[in-house]
Amino acid sequence: MNAAVTATRSATALDIAAIRRDFPILHQTVNGKPLVYLDNAASSQRPKSVIEAISRYYEHDHANVHRGVHTLSQRATDAYEGARETIRRFINARDTKEIVFVRGTTEAVNLVAQSFARPGFQAGDEILISALEHHANIVPWQLLRDQVGAVLKVIPINEAGEVDFVEFQKLIGPRTRLLALAHVSNALGTIVPVEKFIKVAKQHGVPVLLDGAQAIPHTAVDVQALGCDFYCFSSHKMLGPTGMGVLYGKRELLEAMPPWQGGGDMILSVTFEKTTFNQLPWKFEAGTPHIAGAIGLATAIDYLETIGMQRIAAYENELLEYATERLSALPGLRIVGTAADKAAVVSFTLDGIHPHDIGTILDTEGVAIRTGHHCAMPVMDFFRVPATARASMSFYNTREEIDRLVAALEHTRQVLG
Amino acid sequence: MDLKDLYRDVIVDHNRHPRNFGKLQPADVHADGHNPLCGDRLTMYANLKGEHITDVKFEGSGCAISVASASLLTEAVKGKTKSEIKELFDDVHTLLTQHDAVVDPARLGKLAALSGVREFPARVKCASLCWHTLNAALDRAAEPVTTE
Repeated sequence: MNAAVTATRSATALDIAAIRRDFPILHQTVNGKPLVYLDNAASSQRPKSVIEAISRYYEHDHANVHRGVHTLSQRATDAYEGARETIRRFINARDTKEIVFVRGTTEAVNLVAQSFARPGFQAGDEILISALEHHANIVPWQLLRDQVGAVLKVIPINEAGEVDFVEFQKLIGPRTRLLALAHVSNALGTIVPVEKFIKVAKQHGVPVLLDGAQAIPHTAVDVQALGCDFYCFSSHKMLGPTGMGVLYGKRELLEAMPPWQGGGDMILSVTFEKTTFNQLPWKFEAGTPHIAGAIGLATAIDYLETIGMQRIAAYENELLEYATERLSALPGLRIVGTAADKAAVVSFTLDGIHPHDIGTILDTEGVAIRTGHHCAMPVMDFFRVPATARASMSFYNTREEIDRLVAALEHTRQVLG
Repeated sequence: MDLKDLYRDVIVDHNRHPRNFGKLQPADVHADGHNPLCGDRLTMYANLKGEHITDVKFEGSGCAISVASASLLTEAVKGKTKSEIKELFDDVHTLLTQHDAVVDPARLGKLAALSGVREFPARVKCASLCWHTLNAALDRAAEPVTTE
């Protein structure tokens, strides 16, 4: 993501008008005003190519995978496994065996908690997370804590919303069994410099899980360069369908883990006495999978790669800078989360106006943002706010849309002022 | 969907200058209400004389709809009996949730200003939180009566 700064010049090459034409949903009015969609951190929109790939699959190629000898089953299997290879390449994993399809980031974290951590962790073992985490990287560890008597330790954040590296070095120790860290904060946009956390974790022999849900739509991710042991992400935040996600895990770790759900597709043979489990990655994919979801995600990746992740990061960084400048100039507006390195997310409060009212009034102006605690209630507690308003940008957003946001916020002030 | 239906002058006024705001000390009954979705928190306090509410106050933080609704509630319920308050709550609930509801404006008084909320389904809970919280406080007060 540091490439964002150096690659700024090339960002001007993005043809935003052409890109916007690829996203049918953007061309509508909401409450009589042209839609301004700034809720991309909650879920992004889909380009035509993804929608059409899913339709084409259902219209021409659908059958169950890994089952039939007939043509359609073979086509479906080829497309499904082809998607796995696209994803492997996209995150630079060594082997498609390391790409496990799941429902989303949440399921990926739960899988690691229940299949990697639960069998081996003992009472008193420590799991390190940060104060930035989304509930999806908190609650699975609390469930595990209660199951095995492990201890959950939290690396604090500072007033800018950055994870405290010095405190982290004090917290990691001989009882630490896992570091589970957000790559990018969903509530604040903070880009966590995970490389240096991973380096320290490796020195202590501690495996690392990264919650990449907010990072992967906005930056090139190379799991081998990062050196993490698990990387979790969701399709729907990166232009793909909902109900689809990926757990990347190092092969030797996945091999050693027991299956976490039993059923069809995850077995080689079953008798009432004994079942032999399938190989990786299918060992973790019980039941008929979300075949269209995998195809849609692979098509989304093709689309992202056509534009280029570096150019996306650079353009989004320009939008972030512009939005930060415009919003900061509004009287009574406080930006929550001011890390030096941020993804295109601006969380904010307006003096005397509750975020919920901001969200409603903006909606009547056609502007969609998220308001609330963003599934990160500990982050809200830290900043002593019950909720924030959050504008999150994607590469199909424009400066004009940020101007619309600012105008709608001025209107909010008039309505409730 | 007109914004002015939601943020009527009465609502904006009660949000900016909430009535009966603060802690009631001592209070015969009180209860906390929390809307985890938006982070609204409020506490309702009431003093009772027999079946009558003699005083009521609230404190907390929330959106304009939840603060104004709580403020309007305190004005509406003071001096009323518990059964009258239950009837009023039913009327308010109907007003907030049923699209073609006809509720006698004479019974609702200023609470009628909340009628625009039903056009914004995501905001109904904001307006009803204070009523549920007051109910919880009053039910708690009734507990010894029912259990003994």
